[in-house]
Amino acid sequence: MPETHIQTAFDRDLESIQATIMKMGGLVEAAITDAARALDERDETLADAVRANDKAIDDLETSVNEEAIRVIAMRQPTAVDLRTIVSVMKVSGNLERIGDYSKNIAKRATVLTQMSQIHDTSPAIRRMAQAVELMLQDALDAYIKRDPKLAEDVILRDAEVDQMYNALFRQFLTYMMEDPRNITGCMHLHFIAKNIERMGDHVTGIAEQVVYLVTGSLPADERPKADRTSFQKVAEE
Amino acid sequence: MDDMRITERHLDQKDIKIKADNVQVFYGSSHAIKDVSVEIQDKTVTAFIGPSGCGKSTFLRCLNRMNDTIDICRVEGQILLDGENIYDKKVDPVQLRAKVGMVFQKPNPFPKSIYDNVAYGPRIHGLARNKAELDEIVEKSLRRGAIWDEVKDRLDAPGTGLSGGQQQRLCIARAVATEPEVLLMDEPCSALDPIATAQVEELIDELREQYSVVIVTHSMQQAARVSQKTAFFHLGNLVEFGETGQIFTNPVDSRTESYITGRIG
Repeated sequence: MPETHIQTAFDRDLESIQATIMKMGGLVEAAITDAARALDERDETLADAVRANDKAIDDLETSVNEEAIRVIAMRQPTAVDLRTIVSVMKVSGNLERIGDYSKNIAKRATVLTQMSQIHDTSPAIRRMAQAVELMLQDALDAYIKRDPKLAEDVILRDAEVDQMYNALFRQFLTYMMEDPRNITGCMHLHFIAKNIERMGDHVTGIAEQVVYLVTGSLPADERPKADRTSFQKVAEE
Repeated sequence: MDDMRITERHLDQKDIKIKADNVQVFYGSSHAIKDVSVEIQDKTVTAFIGPSGCGKSTFLRCLNRMNDTIDICRVEGQILLDGENIYDKKVDPVQLRAKVGMVFQKPNPFPKSIYDNVAYGPRIHGLARNKAELDEIVEKSLRRGAIWDEVKDRLDAPGTGLSGGQQQRLCIARAVATEPEVLLMDEPCSALDPIATAQVEELIDELREQYSVVIVTHSMQQAARVSQKTAFFHLGNLVEFGETGQIFTNPVDSRTESYITGRIG
């Protein structure tokens, strides 16, 4: 199939909307990394910057949706063009949510900075954030290259993030049982870990859109679900 | 589940009305239709799409033997209407065309009154025994053509005096007057404005309850709006035939995809 439309303006519309998605992706990747670094390095200024930058991500999401609606109204896209438009709308939603989670992490990092450090969990959280950030890089790469294999790989990797979250969940429980003074800090840390775990799910959502965009159907839901904390309870003494 | 529109799906059915097997059409030495096999369902709107010269109109005209009128045209293979070969020697093409009606690109009412335009077919086929019956057929047909209310007070006025959209609906009324089972439409809206087009499309939707409708259209959006099945023709080949929703969201063949997304003409 030829790459270009007979009406080249249609190609320009689709390219520009996808460029906006990539710009959003870049900002969101930075937000994840910076939020985790702000926590680990107890850097309040960086945390403030992450919170302030979320506005730009939200604005880009709005502009992606407006552009997508215009293309639908004015060009009546079909087949792969239609799937491109549907996927940019979904991907921008996923990116916006990841941005929100990063902002929330930054807020909690600010609170945690003002408290004494609880054991040494922030490097583990940072590693978890790094894993998600790499998944996001690959998901966006798969999107631009229209590479469903890479997308499938990203989907599988979400299980590792879930396992990291499971481990942290158990650790926080232990610390809270050890000393009730840890509860406030551990609650914040737990929400941070949960936020990152949810980011992984949104990255998976992006990867699924890549498969949909290329093949026309979503991947069969076979990915391992490794978040077991919903069934977890404290062993009774 | 063939209709894209959720509330229309109760109309879906799978009875085959027309079955074409390995149809080949030649104009002199030029091979216009290459080995086309297709099954057209009853009470379904089937759209034929494709670039100019792809053979969609030629194939449509095979379905009621309109190509017989062209001397150098030769049709091979077979086309079955309710299991009977329409190219069989026993078949009278005039009788066939009463069963398989046709509406053309440009509205072509006879230079007669509105009434006579519709009454012409029933008269020559002897469908009415007296004037009262004929009046009834004319009214019923004009109602089915969704034009009755606009012309009921001037049935004696010439059909050619109507607006383009009205003329086309008159031609549809004329086509349904002989109680056809299949209605072939060759770009029925290409000479109409958007409002008249919408009225004809609404009419096609209503006709689907009674007839098998086959429409050739250059407007892909029209095919998407009115049809349940879409066939894509390219260079005389039937490239892809499938449910309209599938053709427009996820076509199998890359040539279909290129055409409907505006990448080849």
